[in-house]
Amino acid sequence: MVTRRFERRRLRSHAGLGLLASLAATALVVWGVSPLFVLLTVFTVLASVPVVAARASMSRESRREWTAWLFADGVRTVDRRTALRLFGGSALFGGTYLMVPHMVRSAMAQVPPAEPELLPPRARTRQWTMIIDLRRCDGCQSVGLPPQCTTACIEGHFTPEPMQWIEVYEAELPGDGTRFIPTPCQQCQNPPCVNVCPVAATFSTPEGPVLIDQDRCIGCRICMAACPYDRRFFNWGAPPVPEEALLADYDLELQVPARKGTVMKCDFCPDMVRAGTLPFCIQGCPHRAIYYGDLEEDNATNGRELVSVSRFLANNNAFRLKEELGSQPRVYYIPGHGEDVGRDPTTTGHLRIRWPWSRVAEGSVTWER
Amino acid sequence: MGAVSPWQAELEESTLEPARTTSRSYYVVVGALLAVIAWAIYAYYIQLRDGLVVTGMRDRISWGLYITMFVFFIGISHAGTLISAILRVSNATWRTPVTRMAEFITAVALMTGALFVVVDLGRPDRFLNVIVYGRWQSPIVWDVTAVTTYLSASLLYLYLPMIPDLAFFRDRLTGQVARWKSGLYRILAIKWEGTADQKRQLHTSISIMMILIIPIAVSVHTVVSWIFAMTLREAWNSAIFGFFFVAGAIFSGIASLIILMALLRRVYHLEAYLTLRHFRYLGYLLAVMAGVMLYANISEYVTAGFKFEEGSEFIFRQLFVAEFAPYFWFYLVGGLVVPIVLMFIPRMRTIGGIVTAAVFVALAMWVERYFIVITGLRAPLMPYEPADYAPTWVEWSITAGGFAFFALLVTLFVKVFPIMAVYEMVEEEEQRAQLQIPSEAGSDPSAGGGA
Repeated sequence: MVTRRFERRRLRSHAGLGLLASLAATALVVWGVSPLFVLLTVFTVLASVPVVAARASMSRESRREWTAWLFADGVRTVDRRTALRLFGGSALFGGTYLMVPHMVRSAMAQVPPAEPELLPPRARTRQWTMIIDLRRCDGCQSVGLPPQCTTACIEGHFTPEPMQWIEVYEAELPGDGTRFIPTPCQQCQNPPCVNVCPVAATFSTPEGPVLIDQDRCIGCRICMAACPYDRRFFNWGAPPVPEEALLADYDLELQVPARKGTVMKCDFCPDMVRAGTLPFCIQGCPHRAIYYGDLEEDNATNGRELVSVSRFLANNNAFRLKEELGSQPRVYYIPGHGEDVGRDPTTTGHLRIRWPWSRVAEGSVTWER
Repeated sequence: MGAVSPWQAELEESTLEPARTTSRSYYVVVGALLAVIAWAIYAYYIQLRDGLVVTGMRDRISWGLYITMFVFFIGISHAGTLISAILRVSNATWRTPVTRMAEFITAVALMTGALFVVVDLGRPDRFLNVIVYGRWQSPIVWDVTAVTTYLSASLLYLYLPMIPDLAFFRDRLTGQVARWKSGLYRILAIKWEGTADQKRQLHTSISIMMILIIPIAVSVHTVVSWIFAMTLREAWNSAIFGFFFVAGAIFSGIASLIILMALLRRVYHLEAYLTLRHFRYLGYLLAVMAGVMLYANISEYVTAGFKFEEGSEFIFRQLFVAEFAPYFWFYLVGGLVVPIVLMFIPRMRTIGGIVTAAVFVALAMWVERYFIVITGLRAPLMPYEPADYAPTWVEWSITAGGFAFFALLVTLFVKVFPIMAVYEMVEEEEQRAQLQIPSEAGSDPSAGGGA
């Protein structure tokens, strides 16, 4: 049997080139997609620093010795078996390098979040917006009930206690008295929470709403630190929701069922508006103070009247919360303190929200906000 | 090699001693630490079972002791980089006896700190999501990248200068210690024989790593601070934050190194090598860093306090006069002024005085990390009453477990690995002998220091 002999130097340079090429190819394929690959590269580079440095500082003789030691013989040529071993080894190493991030990703991959009809089949993309007319909000003082937007939202979304995805804050007015500010998630166009999320569990959708995938969220809560409106809520324990909420198939547009150890918030009810229904909070408001609409089409409705968004905002001195932060909220406010529904600003306070369920799932707990 | 000088023989014996014999009190210490860790694991089990509801954190103050511990431990990990890399670059040879301990602290503190990120997660089972779905835009991913890079770099940097010492252990301890230990030394010493070639290779590798590790270390605590500074929170909205955190990291790192040195010196009778001189030099460094911190605080609070923009009032009030005033003033006075004063008074420049300053600094820096995290989150974002945060027994237990884990790792390290850089110390001593510079080895503790 003929043993083909390769010149060692050429062989080694081939193996090295092959390795480099596979590394470069992997880098091109995976770069920007998998931090794991970048981490692997960083570690490999770090680990090879002493080796490379050591070899560079060797005398010629000891470099030869070192090579001989590495390949366990001093011959300057290698036989076919060694050649195969070398090629195979470098291919295996490169292949592992190429495969590992993909294998981990695919092993961990969950069913990708369903993104079926977020984009309607028409040329223009909806740009959902909400306008809250504070002139008509009296914190439901006149109806003698807790704020009905919050209550409707809780019932519609099975919101765990003590989350109020739309919360009616009471702010001091200059001079005397207060005004009520119903505050849903502001659905920022430059959302600080999305910017900091390490795993893209929270994300902006083309039509505006910022959603959360509770199957991906790791519960690090940096989004809660980042949100300037206090509009994010954490499931500190097993969420206190009625038994039937746990039976539903998880849907990130509904955020049902709530998941322990993850973040939740108002989602602008994208499923409802797609079906042609107004969000729960708007349906619940007895004074029709909340409008929902499309900036692109320039109209909005509170369920009773239709307004042109641009004119409505301009004519009524609309403002947005913490405009100076540059977060670009999609929620606009018309200044006021319930005067249109006959509220006296010195009558302060609204009734405490109550969660409607008489029984919640076994093992669940409630906490203070 | 030739004849070994009596000084070197003694040094070798002192280094071999901990690996050779183990006293009963050692087992008592390890047992106690294991007990604390076991209790912490039980507390963590409760937290896993019931969720983070068992902690004192809630929606408004959503980070607490765990993030404090993370920031604190990543901070003290900077001890190793400062002592062994920065001082090595500047050729300050006095640091040689303390390098190994500093590098221990780095590696061990990083492991402890990284652990607390996972403890803080609501869904630790999904931790790998950070790697699988990681977004480079997120400060958390910067942190994971920087900390893991720093951990691997500092382990490497701990290992490289240790190779000759491991070979020394291999040669001297085989047969005297447990099989696994001598086996470990044999493998880790990677055939070190002390040939001229090997020495040159080692020297090159260490030189490259010591330069490489400095920017890595600086980047680590910078991105740790950016977890806070990248959010829209008034108290954390500061361009100085990265620098401030790095300075604080080095500051607390020196303090914890001084404390560990004093402990090991006492326990393993290293008085001949860790002299007053070392404590004094580190004490001076501590005082310098205290000055840097003081300056950073003045820059921060004077610029914000003079203008007193909306929102500043609440933050200043809670720090300077209200709820967090005791912590804040303890940090300012006890942590920043006291060490400087102590180092100013010649009578206080004893080991006792310097260790006292270090304890003050370590406590103050922990407290500082705590109030930075809590006060930043506490300032109300909307019209609501400021929330309060009181850690629960679960959090305290896991925190105690973190300290115990740190102490345990140091204790175990010290038992297995050479606690002083024998090889480098001998090498430098030989160089000194050649150049006829007075020896540092036998310097009298009372005569040392000064300059």
